[in-house]
Amino acid sequence: MGTGELVGSTPAGSAPVSEVVGLDVEFKIRGGLLGKGGTLRAVRDVGFEIGERETLGLVGESGSGKSTTGRAMLRLVEPTRGIVRLDGEDVTALKGQELRAARRRMQMVFQDPYSSLDPSMVIAESIAEPLDTHDSLSRAERQKRVEDLLDHVGLSKRYAQRYPYEFSGGQRQRLAIARAIALNPRLLVCDEAVSALDVSTQNQILNLLEDLQEEFGLSYLFIAHDLAVVRHIAHRVAVMYLGEIVETGPTDRLFDKPAHPYTEALLSAVPVPNPRRQRTRERIILSGEVPDAANPPPGCAFHTRCPHVMEICRSVAPPSVEAPGGGTVRCHLHTS
Amino acid sequence: MTAPGIREADTASLDAREAISTPEQSARARFLRRFKRQVPALIALGYLVLVVLSALCAPLLATHDPLQQNLAGVLQPPGGGHVLGTDDLGRDVFSRALYAGRISLVAAAQAVAVAVLLGVIPGLVAGYAGRRVDAVIMRVTDALMSFPPLILAIAFVGVLGPSLTNAMFVIGVIFAPRFVRLVRGTVLSIREESFIEASRSIGTPTPRVIWRHVLPNALSPLIVQISLTAAMAMLAEASLSFLGLGVQPPDASWGSMIERGFRYTAAAPWLTIFPGLLIALTVLAFNLLGDGLRDSLGREIRRGS
Repeated sequence: MGTGELVGSTPAGSAPVSEVVGLDVEFKIRGGLLGKGGTLRAVRDVGFEIGERETLGLVGESGSGKSTTGRAMLRLVEPTRGIVRLDGEDVTALKGQELRAARRRMQMVFQDPYSSLDPSMVIAESIAEPLDTHDSLSRAERQKRVEDLLDHVGLSKRYAQRYPYEFSGGQRQRLAIARAIALNPRLLVCDEAVSALDVSTQNQILNLLEDLQEEFGLSYLFIAHDLAVVRHIAHRVAVMYLGEIVETGPTDRLFDKPAHPYTEALLSAVPVPNPRRQRTRERIILSGEVPDAANPPPGCAFHTRCPHVMEICRSVAPPSVEAPGGGTVRCHLHTS
Repeated sequence: MTAPGIREADTASLDAREAISTPEQSARARFLRRFKRQVPALIALGYLVLVVLSALCAPLLATHDPLQQNLAGVLQPPGGGHVLGTDDLGRDVFSRALYAGRISLVAAAQAVAVAVLLGVIPGLVAGYAGRRVDAVIMRVTDALMSFPPLILAIAFVGVLGPSLTNAMFVIGVIFAPRFVRLVRGTVLSIREESFIEASRSIGTPTPRVIWRHVLPNALSPLIVQISLTAAMAMLAEASLSFLGLGVQPPDASWGSMIERGFRYTAAAPWLTIFPGLLIALTVLAFNLLGDGLRDSLGREIRRGS
């Protein structure tokens, strides 16, 4: 029962709002007292497209590089290689004033609603910050805009002069969303935007995001580890493992017929809300730990834990091929 | 295609609107409301206002010329013609204390101003700018802190010439590293908060991020440190004046009055008790005020639910 109406890749005919090609992010590791430093490739050759009014879910374990991907798209961490296009413009090449101007078209909603709002500032000021940075509005226009934004996210304008600590987690996330949409961005990166909330609040925020998407024509990169949440909101899903996208596809296809063994294992870890089916279905337990990202295994990065591992997986990295039913998959099970 | 249990939360906006029911308040009203509950701080504030006013109005309140010597009436006990007695030169202690208050307060304010000016900006830069700049600023700070304060003060005053202004400038310089360290430490933790990253992601220029987000959140420890430093500056001024490097006779500060009276502690305890009491109370008042401000102003630390 997913909500993926948009099947296939981006809606036909329209150019993608955002396009990521060959994105690499490397971090320098400082050597310890004796050890030497090295580089950690947190994101490896990642590519995807997000269409207008489309939500791309990005899932994976913690440390898989999904947050880093989102941050690199917004240039909050510097991409080492690759291209990030927003409405056709390569964001990675922008500098100084140009980059600042581009930021109004791409915004972020952060995971922790308790630290993403400045505690020393009344919320009207927090929400108006993007307006102050990018637009020069009169006092009255500014106040009007803040009140409109509060209204859009379902909060009363009476709260404008309150401090963040006076709000609940869900309300704070509404405020963070209000700030993120203040400049009418094209792309919103939601980094675990509902993970810190309890389940009923999660649903409210997800519904709000869907409404706003409809109203403002937003595109979402929705980063999450909770598959149920992603299934609810995403039109397409990309699965990351150790910095790489191992599978993409329309939400329904990916959840019903996962093509990659890792996706399969992830899905099998989600409880089914039906005791009979829950008892009978097979649970895939992955063996071993997630490999050290600074020192990834040769060949397919997943081969150390894969239940279907073959000889070729240990030496040859699988290319990205078309998955049956739509999307792409990086696995030797599908190459031959 | 409605997933069961997911769409039923359409009361979302209603909940969000109703959750808070207390009337709207401006930030300032909120601060005042909280501060009014801080009884010790209010008393301290009242006392400090009194001290400042009496220092300002010293010519009106003084019963005698503070410099007028009367060798026929030295070391008179309190009461009689002199409310707080007379010192070893027959000068009226009450009148001298009023005028000395001016000097002590101005000296403390001056030292604090120098310490804040020299300390806060490098602290912000060191905390925010990253490894290399941080290392340079902190090594300079460490070097400054490694000098024995009094020796450093004597050296400076030796070069600049003995005067209260020079002495307090030096005290300010000596206290500056405390501000550098304090601010840097606070900034180091603030810069990891996601509201800083949120602000950067909006495209807010760095100086503005520091001014609007970092500094206000670093303010409450800073206020406490300012009140403590005012107290310490007052004591430091007394020490330097004792060495003849601060206030020059016949002017007096509370510190130099104690110093002068110290020799007669047994015969004329009022010479040390009254200025000593003034220093102690003023220092205490600064501290209480700092605590009260911190608790009612500042950063809301209540997190999580």
